[in-house]
Amino acid sequence: MYSKEVMEHFQNPRNMGALENPEAVGNVGNPVCGDMMKIYLKIKDGVIKDIGFETLGCVAAIATSSMITELAKGKTLEEAEKIEFKDVEHALGSLPPIKMHCADLSVQALRKAIKEYREN
Amino acid sequence: MDYAATAPVDSQVLSEMMPYFSENFGNPSSVHEFGEEAQKGVVKARQQIAEFLGCDTSEILFTSGATEGNNTVVKGIAMSRKIWDEREGKPHIIVTDIEHDCVLESAKRVARDGLAEVSFVPVQNDGRVNIETIKSLIRPETALVSVMYANNETGAIQPIREIGKMIAELNATGRKRIYFHSDSAQAANYLDCNVNNLQVDLLTISAHKIYGPKGIGVLYVRKGTPLAKFMDGGEQEYKLRAGTHNTPGIVGFGSAVSRIKDYAAKNEEIRVLRDKLIDGILSSVSRSALNGPKENRLPNNANIRFEGAEGEAILVMLSQAGISVSTGSACAAKSLSPSHVLKAMGMSDLDAHSSIRFSLGRGTTAEDVNYVISVLPGIIEKLRSVSGSFGEPAKQPSSETNMFYSDDVLDRGGLPADLGCEKNRKTGEIKEE
Repeated sequence: MYSKEVMEHFQNPRNMGALENPEAVGNVGNPVCGDMMKIYLKIKDGVIKDIGFETLGCVAAIATSSMITELAKGKTLEEAEKIEFKDVEHALGSLPPIKMHCADLSVQALRKAIKEYREN
Repeated sequence: MDYAATAPVDSQVLSEMMPYFSENFGNPSSVHEFGEEAQKGVVKARQQIAEFLGCDTSEILFTSGATEGNNTVVKGIAMSRKIWDEREGKPHIIVTDIEHDCVLESAKRVARDGLAEVSFVPVQNDGRVNIETIKSLIRPETALVSVMYANNETGAIQPIREIGKMIAELNATGRKRIYFHSDSAQAANYLDCNVNNLQVDLLTISAHKIYGPKGIGVLYVRKGTPLAKFMDGGEQEYKLRAGTHNTPGIVGFGSAVSRIKDYAAKNEEIRVLRDKLIDGILSSVSRSALNGPKENRLPNNANIRFEGAEGEAILVMLSQAGISVSTGSACAAKSLSPSHVLKAMGMSDLDAHSSIRFSLGRGTTAEDVNYVISVLPGIIEKLRSVSGSFGEPAKQPSSETNMFYSDDVLDRGGLPADLGCEKNRKTGEIKEE
C-alpha cells in the first residue's frame, strides 16, 4: 500500500518531537479523521533554523509530517510557505489517493505555524 | 490474529470439494447423470446444514455470502407484497447501530427508497443491546427485527434467545407477525445456532468464517416467511434466488458446518489463549483498555485501545513484525471514519481510532500470543514518542482544533467523503457535522 520512502519516514521519522521555546507552533487536525499534527519552529533572521513535529495519526500522517520538516528546514519563511502538498507527495514517492489529505495536513500545519509567527 | 476477517479452508473440507470442480462438474439443475451427481453433493450439504441449524432442508437458501443473505432479508421484507398488504402500507424495520454495513446500508437504502421506516437501536457502553430498548421501538407495523448474534469488531454476544422469546410472545398475541433475523456470520463457530432454540425466522451464515470457502453463504428462511425474490432468473432455491448453484462451494459449506462440533475443545483452548493475550497486553502496555464486554464475548476476540497511538500505524508495525490484525478504525480500508461500532458504544473518535482487533483461530498457538505480547509494548512506546503531547493524558486535543484542506486536495478526491465533515468553500475550513 505504501511506498518505500513513506515506510522509511514512518519507521525513522526525522525531526521528531517538540522544540523548547519555539517561536511558533502550528496545530491542525481533527479527531474524527484520527490525524492530529503539530509543527514547532525556531526562526532566526527569517530562516527556519530548527523544526520539530508531533503527530498522532496513521502511517501517512507520520511520514508526511517527517517529510515536510525535512523540506522546510533551512528555508526562508517565504520559501517554506510555498511548499505544496504535491511537493510532499513527490518527495515521498507516492501516496495512496485516500491518504493525500495527510500531505495537505502537513502543509497546513507548517503554514499555520508561519502565520502565527508573523502575527505575533 | 485476524481470523474474524476470514479463515483458511480446512484441508478435509478442501478435499471434499475437489471432485466437484472437474469430475462432478454438472449443473445440479440438469436432469442427466452429470447433473444428478452434482445434485447429490448439494442435497448432502443441505442435510448437513439443516442438522446444524435444526431446520428443514427446504428452509435453506444458498447465497453468495453473508452480505447477500443480509441484503435479501432487509430488502426482501421491505419489498414483500404480503408484508405491505398486511400492514396496508409501509412496514417498519428495526436494526441495531452495530450491525455489519451490509445490514445498515440495506436498511438505509429501503428507508431512502420509501420502502420501509427504519429504527436504529442504540447499544450500551459494553456493546450489547438492551432487550427493553428493542421492545420500546416495536410498533404495530413492525415487520422485521434484525440483531446480529455476535459483533464482528468487539465479539459482543447479543441476547438473541431472549429477543426471540420476547418477539414470539408478542406474535402469540395475534398481532401482525414480526419476523426476527440474526446475522450469525461471526457466531457460527462458537455459539448454538439452532433456529428453534433462538426462535429466529431468518438467520445468515457464511462459509469462509467457519473454515470453508469464500463466496458461499446460507440464509435460513423459516417456512411461511414472506420475502420478495432477491435475484430474478431461473427457479433455483425454491424460486427465491436464481442462479446456477456454486456446487463446490455448497459442498464445502456442508463439510465445514459438519466439522464445527469437532472443535468444541479447541474453542476452549482459544478462549484461554485469548484471555492470556488480553491480560498480557493490558498488564504490559500502560493506558490500554479492552473495548466491549468481558463476559458475553466470542472466545476468539480481543479489541483493545491504546491511548496516544493510531490504529493503522499500530497495524502496519505489527504487520512488519509478521502479525496480522485489523483496526477498529477502518482507516486502512477505504474509509477514514472511526468505527461505527465503537462510536455506538459511546467511545470518542480518538479512542475509536486507537483500537485494534485481535481475532484468534484454530491455528493460533501459545507462541503466537507470547510473541504479540513481547513486541506490542515497544510498538506503542515508539508511536507515543511520535505523538508526543497529543498522546499525553492531560493534553488530549480538543475537538475545536480546525482542519484545513486546500481545493487541490479536495478536487483530486483526496478528502474522504464520509468523514462527517463539511468544507466551507470560502474559508477552506472543514467543519464537523
